[in-house]
Amino acid sequence: MLDLLDYDFMRRALLAAVFTGLAAPAIGVFLVHRRLALLGDGLGHVALTGVALGLLTGVAPLVTAVIVAALGALLIEFLRANSRTSGDVALAMLFYGGIAGGVLLTNLADESAASLNAYLFGSITTVSDGDLILVGVLGVAIVALCLGLSPQLFAVCQDEEHARVSGLPVWLLSALISVLAAVTITVAMRTVGLLLVSALMVVPVAASQQITRSFRSTHLVAMVIGLAAALGGVVASYEVETSPGPTIVMLAIAAFAVLAIVGASRRRFRPTSPK
Amino acid sequence: MTVTSPPLAVEGVSVALDGRLVLHDVSLTVHAGEFVTLLGANGSGKSTLVRASVGLVPTIGGQVLLFGTPLADFTDRARVGYVPQRTRAVAGVPATVDEVVSSGRLSRRRWFMPRTQADRAAVDAALDRVDLAHLRTAPVSELSGGQQQRVLIARALATEAELLVMDEPTAGVDHDNQQDLAALMGDLVKDGTSVLLVAHELGPMGPLIDRAVVLESGRVRYDGAVDHLLDEALGHAAHTHRHTGEPPREGISGEGVW
Repeated sequence: MLDLLDYDFMRRALLAAVFTGLAAPAIGVFLVHRRLALLGDGLGHVALTGVALGLLTGVAPLVTAVIVAALGALLIEFLRANSRTSGDVALAMLFYGGIAGGVLLTNLADESAASLNAYLFGSITTVSDGDLILVGVLGVAIVALCLGLSPQLFAVCQDEEHARVSGLPVWLLSALISVLAAVTITVAMRTVGLLLVSALMVVPVAASQQITRSFRSTHLVAMVIGLAAALGGVVASYEVETSPGPTIVMLAIAAFAVLAIVGASRRRFRPTSPK
Repeated sequence: MTVTSPPLAVEGVSVALDGRLVLHDVSLTVHAGEFVTLLGANGSGKSTLVRASVGLVPTIGGQVLLFGTPLADFTDRARVGYVPQRTRAVAGVPATVDEVVSSGRLSRRRWFMPRTQADRAAVDAALDRVDLAHLRTAPVSELSGGQQQRVLIARALATEAELLVMDEPTAGVDHDNQQDLAALMGDLVKDGTSVLLVAHELGPMGPLIDRAVVLESGRVRYDGAVDHLLDEALGHAAHTHRHTGEPPREGISGEGVW
């Protein structure tokens, strides 16, 4: 199995998987806590428009995807805070607008929609050195901000009104969560693909929740599960010749299933909390 | 002589929600060490008034002063503790009692810095005061409604605020828990904390309250001592009794004669 390390592209793929596996649940836990688990999906669609913009303008698609997804994240936060548009309607607009914009711009670039496949479903084995540096820098920044600002981000997601009375800059922190989610999506775009990236943000958190009792432990265990699923998925996809993205997501779902059984067993035999 | 600004001064505040005037030119002051209760029927504007007092609802007229500073310029947020109108403290991911109560310290904590000894001591003291120290590592989702309400109160206490603004903390809480909360409030008032508390009825808190303010249709209907309010209420009830033949109500509540 270690022969996979003989290949440059596999070493890059494994490193990209490390950054993706840690960063996605690191921000995903705040989305789940805020009951915005599908935000990642909506932003993934917007990132597709960014990719197409890159194809049209000749700029690296990873860069345009980061910018467009971050702008989309700010827009949805603005709509959520200042308009009568409900969260789910704003998300629906992102889904439809993102896909439509992506295909439209791809057509204008004289490319077929098939050229988007590498971004929709991931293409971890084609990660270049330049991609890896960008993914690494962004991944480290995401994890550092999510862990360093965890108390403030937790407070905003737990009770927005109390956070506001406490003097926290709620809009800024909410926007930070959305922008970090958008950046994570583009970081994970080459690993699991835009259509499945949200799964790596949500499923490890859901799996972790099955066996943890605190927010902090849920956060850390989710990052471990994300890392294991991403690394395991890349290795498994090399060994059995499957696409890395779906393999990673299926491993994360398998972890959820196993931990759900473990958690249910533990709860069954645990004494209830004293009154 | 030094004149100390009151912790809370609401001066001629009006609030409109969805184009409808909910508060009309309302004034209310909570002086240092004072325990003021806000009474009124559902829809009278009680919650809107406390939410406007802490900046959660924009005003269209008048001003709110916290410790003498206009709300928009007030930055010393650690001087104000807030208990929202809610009986549950659960969000999407499990969080322990300790984690939720610790978020009450964020107005005093610096970003990217770990909790200090003072933060831990304040959380310990808050949990002791609401008798939840033994449940500090329990997920909030496993607690009863009354216990979750106490978690929210402990979060406000952990702030170590000089002014506590509480929006119906007794809603959905059984009589025993209301008695415990009244004892806790008594201790806080003895320590000099100023309190603005929204309630449907006085209940066990009655003897602690310095002043009652009654709202009706977004206007202050009464602002004065509880005893006088009780006299007016009983007079009103007796009047009602004469006309309807129904017996006078016991006690006094926001839903009652007002």
